Amino acid sequence: MNISILFFCIIASLGVAFFSYNIWKIRYNINLGLALERKDQKRKRLKTMILVAFGQKKMFSRPIPAILHLCLYVAFVITQVELLEIFADGILNEHRLFKSSLGGFYTFTISFIEILSVLAFIATIAFLARRNLLKLPRLNMKEMIGWPTKDANLILIFELILLVCIFTMNGTDEVLFQRGASHFSEGTTGSFGFSVSSLIGPLLFDGFSTHALHIAERIGWWGHLFMVLGFLNYLPYSKHFHILLAFPNTYYSNLDKKGKFTNMDSVTSEVKLMMDPTADPYAAPDPNAPPPSRFGAKDVTDLTWKNLMDAYTCTECGRCTSSCPANITGKLLSPRKIMMDTRDRLVEIGENKRKNGKDFDDGKSLLGDYISEEELWACTSCNACVDECPVNIDPLSIIVDLRRFLVMEESKVPSELTGMLTNIENNGAPWQFSQNDRLNWANEE
Amino acid sequence: MQVPTMADMMAKGENPDILFWVGCSGSFDDRAKKITKALVKILNNCQVSFAVLGSEESCTGDPAKRAGNEFTYQMQAMMNIEVLNAYEIKKIVTACPHCFNTLKNEYPELGGDYEVIHHTQMIQDLINRGKLGLEESGSFKGKKITFHDPCYLGRANDVYEAPRQLIEKLDAELVEMKRCRTKGLCCGAGGAQMFKEAEKGNKEINIERTEDAIETAAEVIATGCPFCNTMMTDGIKNAEKEGTVKVLDIAELIANAAEL
Ligand code: SF4
Ligand code: SF4
Repeated sequence: MNISILFFCIIASLGVAFFSYNIWKIRYNINLGLALERKDQKRKRLKTMILVAFGQKKMFSRPIPAILHLCLYVAFVITQVELLEIFADGILNEHRLFKSSLGGFYTFTISFIEILSVLAFIATIAFLARRNLLKLPRLNMKEMIGWPTKDANLILIFELILLVCIFTMNGTDEVLFQRGASHFSEGTTGSFGFSVSSLIGPLLFDGFSTHALHIAERIGWWGHLFMVLGFLNYLPYSKHFHILLAFPNTYYSNLDKKGKFTNMDSVTSEVKLMMDPTADPYAAPDPNAPPPSRFGAKDVTDLTWKNLMDAYTCTECGRCTSSCPANITGKLLSPRKIMMDTRDRLVEIGENKRKNGKDFDDGKSLLGDYISEEELWACTSCNACVDECPVNIDPLSIIVDLRRFLVMEESKVPSELTGMLTNIENNGAPWQFSQNDRLNWANEE
Repeated sequence: MQVPTMADMMAKGENPDILFWVGCSGSFDDRAKKITKALVKILNNCQVSFAVLGSEESCTGDPAKRAGNEFTYQMQAMMNIEVLNAYEIKKIVTACPHCFNTLKNEYPELGGDYEVIHHTQMIQDLINRGKLGLEESGSFKGKKITFHDPCYLGRANDVYEAPRQLIEKLDAELVEMKRCRTKGLCCGAGGAQMFKEAEKGNKEINIERTEDAIETAAEVIATGCPFCNTMMTDGIKNAEKEGTVKVLDIAELIANAAEL
């Protein structure tokens, strides 16, 4: 076997295997969440996924980043064709395997990829500038300091290198072809006729010796492969994982009206017992009843798997936070931070459980160690964050579940709210008015 | 004011077409009571067969649920559902988006299935069916009116058009705030915030929102929620604009234009 085929196969398998292992870990972590039924209404789910994930529908409320992002997204998807060819060439030790069979369509496809790559290049530079030069407020908030900002920049730099590799590969190959030295068809001269590289190739590389060109072409080719495998394995650690999870996450979106909060069935059975005059308070509990669950959420394992998938899908774009009335007016609450905290804590718990066994308790929790009461109480439940999120993440449902724990398990309620709750319980209104006076307005002038 | 209760109706062997759920604000808050009365005037004028629960009504439990106290919420909900089902209520109208949302979306799972509409939807329907005529030279003709979307009506339940179409029926000029409809900014009262001080920050949410409204140079800020009404009214006071900008509920605008 040819040494380069062997090398290729080893590198590619290692890359794919490590990636699969990381995906398994993330699946394991998401499955730590509570059950939730999201398998109904398949048509509507599919439609949501096509519109929101494929169609990027919600991005377009902010046109400038939407267009920039669209360039990257489309370029990314289309470039996979070229990646397929790289894999085929790598395994079979061929050079531009698809060209002879696809002919004119090949030229068209690669040309299309190249044009999109130029757009993607410009978009990437623009994105870097928005983050680092223009310092867009939503990309430079407190929770973005440190790793999140590095992560974002790293991805963009990755992308730039990848694009440089593509153009190096195609540009040098073009010049080689013109000299009759391309591995595609040695001895014959010609042009690939790709839209961009046939122009910039000669411009950039004409001064190179044929030997140097061959080396540069291989660097482009292997570079492309290495960047792709590197990127693939970087994804699970990065906010960039949204490029994969955006699809399932939008498919499993909440399809109810946003105002509808979940009903807590565990509470329903208790309230029914309390209100049922025939119930025997001393009756032995039903032996088949499921073990009593916690009311609300203290840690990520008290959230549903969808909340956890949300956390892994979050791209940290901050659209939610920049539309949050609490955050806009300087409160501590940031729905993006809620999602980032949930993810960080989930990664931590997952690691712990894999290392120290399923029941390991590190004594920490999402509530308290990551998210403070002050953040939770600042939420107006306005749903702006939910509406804004381009990948249908629901930070509000996490906030509500954490509040439920605070109130029902720990009785930690802001004092004014204690008054409100007592009033509702005593006289059926949040204020101290008698229920008998509810119709007084009809007789007032 | 002529307001039949379900108990009265029952005694007479009658059954109204629709129940008017007044809500706690509508019953007790002085400002919101005016909205309640405006709606009753409209209903009476259109000879809608309606009734209220009066002293049999109790808080829907919305603020308790948003505050995280599911127990208090479900106790309230189940008590109310018992009353509503005993009267065999089919249809409910309410002027409070919080009651609207809870009754419509959260009661069904506890056994309370009703057709629930917001009062702006009902008024729109009355006008469309020719039941309610507005005066030609209405007092709002040509005036600039902006509409503040209540979160629990708009984003929570996707009702954006009914209130806007009613404003246009007034021959008024509807001017939108820079953040409107799905992007509307909260007034700051939802999620039980109405009943507590805000957390530490650098501004009150209602002031931020009122600034959006003032920017439109509208003479009237229209809302469809008693809480929003309070928050926006406070915001206008804070900006010392009480003389030039009024905060009114859609029901009040319509009752006024119909000279009721
Ligand atoms: S629902 Fe809460 S967290 Fe989300 S935008 Fe509104 S106030 Fe912010
Ligand atoms: S939750 Fe959605 S809107 Fe908020 S940062 Fe994450 S991806 Fe962006």
